[in-house]
Amino acid sequence: MEVWHFITQNRQELMILFGQHAYIVSIAIVIAIFTGVPIGIWINFNKKAAEIVLYIAGIIMTVPSIALFGIMIPILSVFGHGIGSVPAIVALVLYAQLPIIRNTYAALKNVDKNIIDAGVGMGMTRSQVLLKVQLPMALSVIFAGVRVAVVMSIGIGAIAAYIGAGGLGHYIFMGINQTYDAMIKVGAICVAIMAIVVDYIFGIIENRLVSKGLRLS
Amino acid sequence: MITFERVTKIYPGSDEPAIDNVSFEVPEGEICVVIGPSGCGKTTLMRMINRLIPITSGIISIKGQNVAKMDVIELRRGIGYAIQQIGLFPHMTVYDNIATVPRLLKWDKKRIAARVDELLSLAGLEPDIFRFRYPRELSGGQAQRIGVVRALATDPPVMLMDEPFGAIDPINREVLQDEFLKIQAKVKKTIIFVTHDIHEAIKMGDKIALLEAGRLVQYDTPENLLVHPKNRFVKDFVGADRALKRLDLLKVKDAMMQNPVHCHMDDDAEVIAKHMKENQLTFLLVTDQNEKLKGYVNFYELKDHLGKVRDLVKPMTITVKPEQNLKEALSKMLSYDIGIVVAVDDDSRLKGVLNTRTLLSVVGDTYDERGGVWGKITQQGSISS
Amino acid sequence: MIDEVKPAGVGERMWMWIGIAVAFAGGAFVQQMGFFDFVRNNPGEIWKLLLEHIYLVGVSSAIAISIGVPTGILLTRGFMRRYRDGILNILGISQTVPSLAVIALSMTYIGIGPNTAIFALVIYGLLPIIRNSVAGLAGVDPVILDAGRGMGMNSRQLLFKVELPNAMYIILTGIRTSTVINVGTAAMSFLVGGGGLGDLIFTGIAMVDPAYMLAGAIPTACLAIFMNWAFGRVEKWIVSPGLVYH
Repeated sequence: MEVWHFITQNRQELMILFGQHAYIVSIAIVIAIFTGVPIGIWINFNKKAAEIVLYIAGIIMTVPSIALFGIMIPILSVFGHGIGSVPAIVALVLYAQLPIIRNTYAALKNVDKNIIDAGVGMGMTRSQVLLKVQLPMALSVIFAGVRVAVVMSIGIGAIAAYIGAGGLGHYIFMGINQTYDAMIKVGAICVAIMAIVVDYIFGIIENRLVSKGLRLS
Repeated sequence: MITFERVTKIYPGSDEPAIDNVSFEVPEGEICVVIGPSGCGKTTLMRMINRLIPITSGIISIKGQNVAKMDVIELRRGIGYAIQQIGLFPHMTVYDNIATVPRLLKWDKKRIAARVDELLSLAGLEPDIFRFRYPRELSGGQAQRIGVVRALATDPPVMLMDEPFGAIDPINREVLQDEFLKIQAKVKKTIIFVTHDIHEAIKMGDKIALLEAGRLVQYDTPENLLVHPKNRFVKDFVGADRALKRLDLLKVKDAMMQNPVHCHMDDDAEVIAKHMKENQLTFLLVTDQNEKLKGYVNFYELKDHLGKVRDLVKPMTITVKPEQNLKEALSKMLSYDIGIVVAVDDDSRLKGVLNTRTLLSVVGDTYDERGGVWGKITQQGSISS
Repeated sequence: MIDEVKPAGVGERMWMWIGIAVAFAGGAFVQQMGFFDFVRNNPGEIWKLLLEHIYLVGVSSAIAISIGVPTGILLTRGFMRRYRDGILNILGISQTVPSLAVIALSMTYIGIGPNTAIFALVIYGLLPIIRNSVAGLAGVDPVILDAGRGMGMNSRQLLFKVELPNAMYIILTGIRTSTVINVGTAAMSFLVGGGGLGDLIFTGIAMVDPAYMLAGAIPTACLAIFMNWAFGRVEKWIVSPGLVYH
């Protein structure tokens, strides 16, 4: 009841925070896709690089998010962007790397060797095999990585409010500061709903991306 | 030993019985092969014995004891169980795998260690090499062997084997079958052996139970199944080449001429030549005092010779053993293009002679519906030529 | 056909130099921020918070394991099979709820203090353990279960001698994931008065004091990395060498 009251009272501010949240996450994910997918493709050709890249991405994942935000502040303040959305986006891009790189790498690796052989045997170049055979077959798995990255980013994005990035986490931190339960609940519930809904929608898209020929009956 | 009395199995939600009123008895120490087309219920029948599948109605008893009334865990521990997919525990060494049931039965460590070594040797695997390997470090044949000896670990009187050699390539399968028959000759277990391979059934079975759609169509010895198929289904199942399959089943000693005419090394060539001429023989087998085969002599060389037979003996390199089956003997005759082959025992003592004519008549006669000629051959042991 | 092709100039030696350079740059940067001075001057404070942090993670993970693994076992028993997918789906959805939201909501219902933090950490750490326990146990080859049953194992022996040892690697991976995530999430327990290294991080950020913040962030990161490594060792030690994973 209290929660509902709070929502109706602060409808406009809620929409703004929601917009900020979506903005941070979208920017971060777009950048992460444009870096993670090429890295995932590249390390397919270089086993040593694959080990190192996946190891580093794994290490970054184990660094707690609030600690990474914290570390971003002094580094980026060198460039004058210590707080706000920039360190938040940089941190999210770093986090999103692992699921995207790992899924891209695994998906390409898992394409049946015989199919690749067949492509090469038909006279395709390596890049043609990649573009016409491997990537289409790997698409849904790569997208699954993106889905994980997005859901994760929504959650971590909430924490970014603490370094002044805005978003729905703002209500949570402010609510904690002011011991205002309704505000905390609204922030937490809205973030949770956002994560669940986005996960659900991306799940549907992921299924659609599986090529008809590969879909299990 | 194992009796099935009006055993029926109806799976929940199904109208058709998977096993329909099956009754038969497996005598102690025999291998009973259960065979039939896929879906006939042969595995179901086997798995009801150790109650991995509950019985709907009827009684299965082992040594007169109704299995349904026994403690299920004790029942299973007393029955060796080997399956096609082997089912070795991948997280355990070969040693631990074989020791599983002995440990469940709380054997002491020394006894287990001794038993594992004994079984590995029985399987033809060097204990010091294989004891601490993991299943993933074994070849298919090795894993299969260990699967079988694991089932033998506590020396259970009864064994259930569900296509235990099914996952192996044909060449190794033959080897494993032979090895297993050798082991069985020593251990004399009562075995229910499920297979879909009629060749394997004929080779392994003392009795064969042929199932069709859950019903027992014929329960008989392999000979009778081939010679007297009860109906059209059995006839079709054993195959149009059932005559050839008999070759698997029959031994050289069943078809060879026993006590063939022969002479000794020290006989006079002249006497023998005269004898050969009277009997219109062009070749004659030669043995020494102990009836060991030394070779043969040729009439055209012998007839003008004035010494002993031994001067002209030519060695005979291609022979068969009385215990070999007729298929192997025929194969030998075909590959060396010879119409006659001599059977000698392990000490190379002359035992008999097998020629294509007797061989064919043995196989052919089985299809005389009166069955009389076949009986004459086995009783007399030879066919006069 | 497609063999690995090494881009020119990026050899092993090069990677080594890059690693050393990054380490030096990082060290110099951290020094610049006054991290080492801060640690030298406040060893007791950092140590106390580290122990609090370990306590939070240790207790919550222990509880999560002792609830999660039995739940996973229960969900793979025959009588629960038909509810399994439904329960896992619900747990999967609940896992998408961000950790901050879980902690904040816990606080509004239970109040503040370490117990709230532990409660939230248990809830948040449960899913990877349950899911991996179910996946590990359900993934055990039915053939070896049949073999075990046929050899006369009762269901308890089957569980402890066959199912759990074979599922162990996947279960441990779940526990590892859960614990490493918990190290990070535990930093947030400062918000609900649960203590731990989050104290230094949040306060450092609020006071715009990088040394203060790094004194919390770096040990937290190291603890997570250490936990990840330690579990890797434990896996090698517990999981039978007969089972191969990658």
